[in-house]
Amino acid sequence: MDNLILKIDNISKSFPRVKANKNVTFNIKRNTVHALLGENGAGKSTFVKILYGLLKPDEGKIFFNDNVLNVQSPSEARQKKIGMVFQHFSLFDSLTVRENLILGIDTNMSFSNLQKKVNEISDKYQLPLDLDAPINTLSAGQKQRVEIVRILLQDPELLIMDEPTSVLTPQEVESLFKTLNTLLKEGRTILYITHKLEEVINLCDEVTILRDGSVIESSKLENETAESLATKMLGKKLSEIKTDYSHISNLISLKAENLSLNFNDPFFTDLKNISFSVKEGEIFGIAGVAGNGQSELMSLLTGEGIRGVTGSLIYNSVDIKNFNPKKRRDMSIAFVPENRLGHSAVPELTLSENILISQFPNNNFTNNGIINHSNIDTQAKKVIDQFNVVTPGIDAKASSLSGGNLQKFVIGREILTKPKLLIISHPTWGIDAGAEHAIRKSLIELAKNGTSIIVISQDLDELFEISHSISVIFNGQLSKSYETKNISVSEIGLLMGGKGID
Amino acid sequence: MINFIPELEARGNPSTTMNFLVPVIAVTLTILTGSVIFAMMGFDPLYALHTFFISPISTSYGISELLVKATPLALIAVGLAFCFKNNLYNIGAEGQLTMGAVFGGGIGLLFYDTSGFWILPLMIIGGAIGGALWGLIPAVLKVRFNTNEILTSLMLVYIALLILDYLVVGPWKDPQGYSFPKTRKFGDSGRMPLLFSGLRVHFGIIITLIGVFASWFIFSKTMLGYQLKVSGYSPIASRYAGFNQNYLIYTAFIFSGAFAGIAGLGEVSGPIGLLYRDISPNYGFTSIIVAFLGRLHPIGIIFASLVIALTYLGAEDAQLFMQIPAAVGFVFQGLVLFYLLGTELLVNFKIVFRKNI
Repeated sequence: MDNLILKIDNISKSFPRVKANKNVTFNIKRNTVHALLGENGAGKSTFVKILYGLLKPDEGKIFFNDNVLNVQSPSEARQKKIGMVFQHFSLFDSLTVRENLILGIDTNMSFSNLQKKVNEISDKYQLPLDLDAPINTLSAGQKQRVEIVRILLQDPELLIMDEPTSVLTPQEVESLFKTLNTLLKEGRTILYITHKLEEVINLCDEVTILRDGSVIESSKLENETAESLATKMLGKKLSEIKTDYSHISNLISLKAENLSLNFNDPFFTDLKNISFSVKEGEIFGIAGVAGNGQSELMSLLTGEGIRGVTGSLIYNSVDIKNFNPKKRRDMSIAFVPENRLGHSAVPELTLSENILISQFPNNNFTNNGIINHSNIDTQAKKVIDQFNVVTPGIDAKASSLSGGNLQKFVIGREILTKPKLLIISHPTWGIDAGAEHAIRKSLIELAKNGTSIIVISQDLDELFEISHSISVIFNGQLSKSYETKNISVSEIGLLMGGKGID
Repeated sequence: MINFIPELEARGNPSTTMNFLVPVIAVTLTILTGSVIFAMMGFDPLYALHTFFISPISTSYGISELLVKATPLALIAVGLAFCFKNNLYNIGAEGQLTMGAVFGGGIGLLFYDTSGFWILPLMIIGGAIGGALWGLIPAVLKVRFNTNEILTSLMLVYIALLILDYLVVGPWKDPQGYSFPKTRKFGDSGRMPLLFSGLRVHFGIIITLIGVFASWFIFSKTMLGYQLKVSGYSPIASRYAGFNQNYLIYTAFIFSGAFAGIAGLGEVSGPIGLLYRDISPNYGFTSIIVAFLGRLHPIGIIFASLVIALTYLGAEDAQLFMQIPAAVGFVFQGLVLFYLLGTELLVNFKIVFRKNI
């Protein structure tokens, strides 16, 4: 016998509009950390869903410990000692940690027995848990710990981690890596799915690179550098984004003072005394781990959720904190919320019709309430051309576009309104590298022309790449702002973990 | 043991042709099922179908009757489309129709012995206002207290019917009416002019056509129609766009109520000529089927109103010539709705059988 735990042979899987996996073939050696690297949309998720029994391949076989693996469901996969920690946690928010753990295991186990096993695991892997805490009171890192313990209760041989660090602070990432190393020492195998190159370099032994559904390379990591991996992952080199902030004026565009908002709801984060200011032409980044008040702050800035807000939000020497989105748009403020489908675009409507969602001042889209369809069509064409939106045409439904293309369309739509202030949340979330690059470039271009931009993002690389100053939101509080060139990633990381915010 | 569990799976890209054919398929299936029902009742299905669907419209009188029935159905249905497009389930059109008849009819009674060209327009405006006010009640309740408009609009139907009931047995009772629960007749100036002598089809059909055209214009050409659509598809996007949700709720209910109110007035000032208890054979409820059968599109609604009007006439003929209870007309309406919803579901989803493990 060889030391392969998993042999993947010619796996293919198609969906109505895409071929997500094309003859995927590679091996995973026992007791290694194997990275599955690829862009969003490269086919990583499809592949692990097949491995974990959530999808059936159209063709091909998987061998697990030299036997054909034919699992119909995740519970069957778990019985065969394959465990998976999902990118989006599959926990019940209103239940406690203990209840979630009990629900997650397939065999019957008494509470006392469970307690004993959980304590063992917690000690051994340094994964402390408060069993009685409701899930919704936990941070993302703690939730992930619950997921990992839940999987370890089943004693898996192969552990699949799907983008585990996307919601963690740098410090939490470090402790996750320690846990993974302990697991490795016990002889377990880890399949680590990511699009972050640094993690692959730091953690993994071997790497398989997926691009457009096909395996580009599967090899040892020894001969690879971050650059060589990036080139293989992306298929082309992207020009570097240069930021230069000499154009920033001293005029303040938006000034928030002591903005507070209480929800009295455990599923919302209260905002406490948020103060910041953005200068004309400046890109101001707000970093933070998901769920620390970003979406609440966003809807406060767009005017979608303002009931009960106190403090002041001064723009053009007017306090706009009680203005609705329409009124703010009339003052040349544009917004791009995090969710595209159903928020910044209506999936059932055509691209042309989606132009009308955001009516900026002096648009010629309507005349006394009557829609001017030809003007909208022209504008839609303009957005599609200038922002390289890949689509059959202006009559295509928004739902038919890929995430990246729809995001380009939405951002393009907002940028073409020539806003004086653009507020944008997670601009490149869930989209491919090409689109990501194009979007970041267009934001910088916009700032150069004097527009102030507020970017709320979890992606630190993105914020460091494009923003001039940066603040961190933690538990509804905003840190003071730092010039990006004067602060390091690890300092920001500490702030994201709540250290240094009063 | 192996079980096969049916599950619904979304079709990625539902066929546009099929989507267009949904009402046609639904009507065809209804007719097929209808023949089976007739056969089980011991009738020759072909004869029964002929009696039901062909013979009622084989005379000019029959066609006029079809139009008389379709007139209120189409008008109410386009009104309902304002609400349904905005995901507001106003099922109280029957009540709005009744209040339209009360308000407009009240004006007719006030001027029963006066004549003047202005009386009928005044009654129509009264009908619109009555229906709109009754439609505004569930809208206000929804905006202010977040109540469910399905329940409130439905309950208001019964209140409206009782108000009408009270008026026709009480204050508005015909003094020369031998205590029958009805009002006196409107004057000639308070009646819808007939379009052809000897036929009951009346001026209301023109109003309906104007209403249908106006709605088509609003839905496809105006910002208001766009806002209703966006807010129906996605309230979050609508808030992001800065549309005023409350304004949209009020507007949809006002249009819906006013159209139903005018339809009610059209009935009492048209074929009926006075107010009494049973002014509507459930037009307000049946129009819900018309609106969906017409896919909430004004032109579709015209065709749907003709189909559904035919079920009313067919039921009357079937009762007359075959001694089948007239309720069979409601059976057909129910079948149409059932097949419509079923076909629509299957166009957008497919059934897959999964092995239970």
